[in-house]
Amino acid sequence: MQYDVTITIALKEGMLDPEARAIRNSLDHLGIPTLSLFTARWFKIGLEAADRDDAAARAREICERVLANPVIHRYEIEVA
Amino acid sequence: MRFAVVRFGGSNCDLDTVYVLEDVIGVRTDLVWYRDGLRRGYDAVVLPGGFSYGDYLRAGAIAARTPIMADVLRHANNGGLVLGICNGAQIGAESGLVPGVFTRNGEPRFVCRPIWLRVETTESPFTNLFRRGEVIRLTVAHGEGRYVADPDVIRRLNREKRVALRYCDSGGHITAEANPNGSIEGIAGVLSEHRNVLVMMPHPERASEPVLGSEDGRRIFESMVAHCCREPGAKD
Repeated sequence: MQYDVTITIALKEGMLDPEARAIRNSLDHLGIPTLSLFTARWFKIGLEAADRDDAAARAREICERVLANPVIHRYEIEVA
Repeated sequence: MRFAVVRFGGSNCDLDTVYVLEDVIGVRTDLVWYRDGLRRGYDAVVLPGGFSYGDYLRAGAIAARTPIMADVLRHANNGGLVLGICNGAQIGAESGLVPGVFTRNGEPRFVCRPIWLRVETTESPFTNLFRRGEVIRLTVAHGEGRYVADPDVIRRLNREKRVALRYCDSGGHITAEANPNGSIEGIAGVLSEHRNVLVMMPHPERASEPVLGSEDGRRIFESMVAHCCREPGAKD
């Protein structure tokens, strides 16, 4: 079976997010105040897998071996 | 004695590093293309600065997962020296040679300027020609140099004297102002558990001749040579 998995890689809670701070400052300059802002990266990956659980397991491996650095990142996986 | 400098796609300090090792210090040095792997034994492997794979995903992340890094890990596990400079430090952290990670600077801008560093330990193959507490002048050039690690890891690094270099002011004081990237506790260089790997964000190869304004960096390489001279079984 073919599956589309989407993966979101974000900084762990409490990690400094300099990009988010720069974007918030820019929004402030535009007169658009914000209460909070977090950045994340989003990946969409097509996979061949036996079933949904297998697709999720492959996606987890992709996160842990390449996409995320466990020191600073957390990740979320959705299998379509 | 023989050193290797690994060239990845996007390395750009590789030739400077080879020049300093071969022409300034006089160590026989091979420039090794990453696809060729380490085909012989080396006393030391240097991962040079640059922007391997365009810093895609995270600085050093793609290079850390190339097959030659398995050779570099094997070399390190056998006690060989590994020096990671700037992008090489990011690659070293991403590949698990040292704990922690070098990530986006606290102020999200590229910093390129001379900085002061305090040598925190001389008990390493990379700092044995310095004095403990000595303040040295090198340069940094990076956008992702902020060292981050779990508090437990930081405590362990301190306890085991594995922080080799910290950013400081000209008087040797560790201050927020002297820290160019927001690294935890001003950490600029970290040693591996067995002290045979040093990863550091500042560039010693850019401070290895008087014309460059500082010769302090040369002593990092000279320390490595001094260490290798003392060890039996230097490579041809």
